[in-house]
Amino acid sequence: MIPENLKYMESHEWTRQEGDIATIGISDYAQSEIQDIVYVELPEVGTELTQKTEFGVIESVKAAFDLYAPVSGEVIAVNESLLDAPEQVNESPYDDGWMLKIRMTDSAELDALLDADSYQAHIEAEHA
Amino acid sequence: MKRTPLYQVHKTLNAKFTEFGGWEMPLQYSSIVKEHLAVRSTIGLFDLSHMGEIDVRGQGANELVQKLSTNDVGRLTDGRVLYTLLCNETGGIVDDILIYRYTDNHYMLVVNASNIEKDLGWVQTHNDRGTEVSDESEDKTLIALQGPKSIDILEPLVSDQSLSEIGYFRFVLGKVAGIPTIISRTGYTGEVGFELYVSAKNAEHLWNALYPGVIAADGEPVGLGARDTLRLEAGLRLYGIDMDDNTNPFEAGLGRFVKSKKRQFIGRDALLAEKKRGIARQMVGFQMLDRAVARAGYAVYQADKHIGKVTSGAPSPILKCSIGFASIISQAIPDEKIDVEIRGKLHPAKIVKVPFISTGT
Repeated sequence: MIPENLKYMESHEWTRQEGDIATIGISDYAQSEIQDIVYVELPEVGTELTQKTEFGVIESVKAAFDLYAPVSGEVIAVNESLLDAPEQVNESPYDDGWMLKIRMTDSAELDALLDADSYQAHIEAEHA
Repeated sequence: MKRTPLYQVHKTLNAKFTEFGGWEMPLQYSSIVKEHLAVRSTIGLFDLSHMGEIDVRGQGANELVQKLSTNDVGRLTDGRVLYTLLCNETGGIVDDILIYRYTDNHYMLVVNASNIEKDLGWVQTHNDRGTEVSDESEDKTLIALQGPKSIDILEPLVSDQSLSEIGYFRFVLGKVAGIPTIISRTGYTGEVGFELYVSAKNAEHLWNALYPGVIAADGEPVGLGARDTLRLEAGLRLYGIDMDDNTNPFEAGLGRFVKSKKRQFIGRDALLAEKKRGIARQMVGFQMLDRAVARAGYAVYQADKHIGKVTSGAPSPILKCSIGFASIISQAIPDEKIDVEIRGKLHPAKIVKVPFISTGT
């Protein structure tokens, strides 16, 4: 499941753009590979993020996975419900499992991300 | 990497694989949590062919295994199994193993996959009476059934045996689905269960005979991922992680398996001297008090003082929090509250009794 209206990173984070606000999460493919998510560590509101740098961590039963910011900007909202119910990332990666909202400093950064077709091709290449 | 005789079976079941002790083993089939919970509530089926089996028989067999074991093999009778440590001359743990006694001059040593060659060399080095020692790891396949439904699922496949009469840590030579099998009431999960040793050529036949019953009972094939979380909840150590050649049994919290009265074994003198001098480290179980996950190698603190490190750590699917073992200084610590450093930040935890959960073996 790869929604057409989102942009993706090769490290499997997705971004939904609404004006200069970007909502961020991880893809359905990523959650199905990671499985059994038990902990999500996210930055605080107000944190300044830089594109392609680490912003948090997801822990499954087996391992920890770093999360990378698809765009630069200030964190203006954090999905606090993931602290108590991290399994939402498994159950609803594109909706209830969203992680951050960022006020983008430069929406042109979105052009460097993958569209749905390119992301699909990236997954297939990774699987091959 | 070595592959077990059941590799193709795992492929067909769409297992994800991992490297472990030089073997390409199934990590998981469905999900670690699902497989874990299946073993706790019904039943799980495991391929443990990577484990090593060393046969020790003939003249001097009894003396040889006694000399190598910290636990007292003299307490075994035919058809019984003993958990023991092999220690080196300085008291470090060479391996933790099971010893099966067929007769007083015939034993099977079940050893960790990564230690097969080391253990074989160790046994041979100390074999000074010409005892027959052979590595049977290639020909022996180990398949385990673990979980409260183990007896129900296995019973119909066993012809000449009543399973409920095989007590914990006992074994019989019987037949399962017509195949000659060592049926052992042992396991590494804390649940009722059996470990079945068969010839490699019969491995697939046995797996296929067991599988439908497991699935019908809402059980799962279980990979090494859940094997690790199951053994951790049950408070069982893992060699190479919680202990190694430089750890003595006391430091690993396994002092009760050192029986030093009226018997000699390799490492005894060093261990007694060590005990007299005072053991520097102790192993404790701990539970995280927030949702953070403590993993192997993380630093452990108490009141801002560095007191040790995590050896094993993982989320417990039953307790819904992270648990683990930590190797910390031995001196009395004021209370059970500790902190684990996770990515530069201290997270609260407390020392708890192991096993972490109560189970029924």
